[in-house]
Amino acid sequence: MSHDSEPAEHAHAHPTGATYLKVAAILTLITVIEVWAYYIPALVSSPLFNPSLLIMSAAKFAIVVLFYMHLKYDHKLFKALFTGPLIVATGTIFALLFLFAKISL
Amino acid sequence: MASHAAAASHGAVAGHDDGHVHHHHTTTGLDHRKIAIWAFIGSECMLFASLISTYLIYKGKSLVGPFPHTEYVDAAGKVFKPILDIPVTSASTFVLLMSSLAMVLALQAVQLKGQPLPAGAGWWTRAQRSSQLWLGVTALLGAMFLGFQAYEFTSFVREGLTLKTNLFGSTFFTLTGFHGAHVTVGVLWLMSLLWIDRTRGLTPKDELVVDICALYWHFVDVVWIAIFTLIYLIQ
Amino acid sequence: MATLATPTPAAVAGSDAKSGLWSWLATTDHKRIGTLYLWTALAFFLIGGLEAVMIRTQLARPNMGFVSAETYNQLFTMHGTTMVFLAVMPLSAAFFNFLIPLQIGARDVAFPRLNAFSYWVYLFGGILITLPILFQAAPDGGWFGYAPLSTPAYSGVAPGSSELKMNMDFWVAGLQVLGVSSLAAAFNFITTIINMRAPGMTLMRMPMFTWMSFVVQFLLILAFPPITVALVFLMMDRVFGTTFYQVAAGADPLLWQHLFWVFGHPEVYILILPAFGLVSEVLPTFSKKPLFGYNVMVYSGIMIGFLGFGVWAHHMFSVGMGAVADSIFSLMTMLIAIPTGVKIFNWIATMWSGEIRFTVPMKFAIALIAMFTIGGISGVMHSSPPADLQQTDTYFVVAHFHYVLFGGSIMGIFAGIYFYYPKITGRFLDERLGNAHFWLNFIGMNLTFFPMHFSGLLGMPRRIYTYDAGQGWDLFNLLATYGTYLLVVATAVFVWNFVRSRTRGAVAGGDPWHAATLEWSIPSPPPEYNFAKIPTIGSRYPLWDLKEPTWNADPSGHAVPSDPSDLQEETASHTAKALGIPMPYPTAKPLFTAIGLVVMFGGLLLFRDHHAVGLAILLTGAAMLIGGLYAWLTSPLE
Repeated sequence: MSHDSEPAEHAHAHPTGATYLKVAAILTLITVIEVWAYYIPALVSSPLFNPSLLIMSAAKFAIVVLFYMHLKYDHKLFKALFTGPLIVATGTIFALLFLFAKISL
Repeated sequence: MASHAAAASHGAVAGHDDGHVHHHHTTTGLDHRKIAIWAFIGSECMLFASLISTYLIYKGKSLVGPFPHTEYVDAAGKVFKPILDIPVTSASTFVLLMSSLAMVLALQAVQLKGQPLPAGAGWWTRAQRSSQLWLGVTALLGAMFLGFQAYEFTSFVREGLTLKTNLFGSTFFTLTGFHGAHVTVGVLWLMSLLWIDRTRGLTPKDELVVDICALYWHFVDVVWIAIFTLIYLIQ
Repeated sequence: MATLATPTPAAVAGSDAKSGLWSWLATTDHKRIGTLYLWTALAFFLIGGLEAVMIRTQLARPNMGFVSAETYNQLFTMHGTTMVFLAVMPLSAAFFNFLIPLQIGARDVAFPRLNAFSYWVYLFGGILITLPILFQAAPDGGWFGYAPLSTPAYSGVAPGSSELKMNMDFWVAGLQVLGVSSLAAAFNFITTIINMRAPGMTLMRMPMFTWMSFVVQFLLILAFPPITVALVFLMMDRVFGTTFYQVAAGADPLLWQHLFWVFGHPEVYILILPAFGLVSEVLPTFSKKPLFGYNVMVYSGIMIGFLGFGVWAHHMFSVGMGAVADSIFSLMTMLIAIPTGVKIFNWIATMWSGEIRFTVPMKFAIALIAMFTIGGISGVMHSSPPADLQQTDTYFVVAHFHYVLFGGSIMGIFAGIYFYYPKITGRFLDERLGNAHFWLNFIGMNLTFFPMHFSGLLGMPRRIYTYDAGQGWDLFNLLATYGTYLLVVATAVFVWNFVRSRTRGAVAGGDPWHAATLEWSIPSPPPEYNFAKIPTIGSRYPLWDLKEPTWNADPSGHAVPSDPSDLQEETASHTAKALGIPMPYPTAKPLFTAIGLVVMFGGLLLFRDHHAVGLAILLTGAAMLIGGLYAWLTSPLE
């Protein structure tokens, strides 16, 4: 039964326990920075506060998805199944916020 | 919300039935259930996008307090402090992050089951081999997160914020409640896996069953990562 | 060259020995579930049609008193809700179920029990939403249920009672239940199409119906969450007193509209793409030519699906979103006409210089091209905000969307029913009755909906239950009502044909139309295991390679001819057991679980007015749901 599709790339490149611990440390570190920034009034009033929080949050999001959900090591089909909807969802959020005048072009 | 959970748990489906049945040939060589759970997670992105959008659209639109980040004085002169409790929520966020770590370790333990330990392995290497330990820790941390949420909700109600109070109350409780319902389903799922592990023992053949539960669990975690920043930290 | 034998339906029935009510309640066979969908959806189609007849009777002449304003509100709400959620979507689902596994060379869907669950949830959700009309308590807020109009503040209190009318509660709960059904089915079909294709069935060799269905499943999983959220908000406003749509609490009256149309516009493509897929099977077969521009058809289908998420606010130009938003959504809407137009031209090019056989399914397919084009053009007219401001909420819009939904979806589905009835039942639908149905339907449809363009441009608003004479609308309304009565006759002919042909129709073989795709390589009706041996596919038109190589003139289509030995028809007298093919056990656990889900929502409906009873029922339902799921998940599939 030969056919076109590639076989499952499996478990070969799976990260180890040490990687998982490092990822957890990075996630904790970013969270600590986020919460710390929240308590510094000078930072909160800065125009860069919201963007930098969003970037840190996005980084955490991406790290969990890539390593803990092992999308980095998994079949490309799963990447497509996740990123497609994520793009539509993010686009919808931005469009709605624009339509309700929460953000402007 | 229950409706979604019903569709959700289907990702879990079966998990338990196929360990012993012969493997079906599939076009991609991947398991059906894993494709389904990723499609489900894609759909969930849209669910939480709608909830988060509504929260953000209504942000600052509440006519009366309590408010999340600012003080409110009502007509009678009663003062309502900013209601969000950042220290407590930071702690619960940390708990949920750690539960994700425990979850990957549980999956790893299932994958490594039956492999001989290297000579002279320390306690950490040994501990990493116990799937029951990590499944239990994950479920426990999940339950702790729910405990934090129960505490948060009841103290908000005590301070005068309910579903009906204002737009903030409606959107906040609904959004975080939806997330909490997802965590609850996850904890039940983890406890089912733990029960299977205790009764018949999970083996590397069950990797997939644990994996799809883990994917769901981590997804619930990333949703919280977004919620924590967007709702709690950004003012 | 293989000769395909023609087994008699009787011989086939032998292989399907299991019968009786229980065999249907516990079935996990995608073909039986497809049949259940077909019958149920046709029943709802008749109910929705009956509602339309009453609407048109009331509007036949000025100041008619056939029904009250209140009843009229229930009728137009239920007509829309029924046709969209209970008729057209499930008719498409009937084809997804029956055809997708057959077209990709699979023995069933990826999750047979989940499939049964989807059907039962649909059935009970449909009943939940429809039954109240018998008690004059049907939903009455339009199929779009605009909040705040559907919130407690505006949806009224029953006469002589302090209790809130429950009309919209049924709608809110029913649509959530139906959403579960659609989502569960969509995860199932996505997995099936990705993972259960036969060897050689690459994505770009899949039949066009399967392709369009594939796109639709993604629209479903992305479009249903927003409406679920909007419905949960509305339910919480109605049951728990939240403030999501309470303008007095500062809520934005446009929130519902946006969330609804984020779902609502992709929903339009959910309704039409399966019909596009069906005619893309019919047209090549009766033109004896491959589908023109297969690749472009696939890409334009994906394009339509993707752009479909970026056009929703064109339903809302009249609310005043500002010049920038209007321009963006106008532009996106015009853009989406391009891939749609591409499909129209490709179908025409498919027929061009083909050797056309004017069978009934072919006539319906051609009618789709013509009628959808009219609806598509009036749609492009709406994409321009200045024009839309004149047309919005008038009968012009009603004319437009009936040309795409009746002229498009329903025509396509009828094409599919006439084309696949022989595969489903083993017998042909009568061609003479079919022709009568087609012409009555075609004339009736145009007589009903074409005049609405005029009454609409003359300013007749939608959703009014009566009107005064002398506004220039009388003639157009009368014509539309006559047209509807003609559609009643047409539908009666169809129903007669549909029921009668099951036993009296001419016996059809496995491949009665000389079609090209895999579903025609097996007996009609197919044995429970579909394919005795899973075939290996070498081209888009494996059966033509085998039997009519000259018809498959698409050079890119058949790099490798399909292996004839794989496509030889089996004699259908074998059972799955004799062939050693494992089949899923029949089980009623999905049915039980579905009942639990609906009981749960029933409890929620009662909760507002009777806390204790409501909560007890809700918890019972939840226990049934969870218990059913556990029993189902811990028992083996086959």
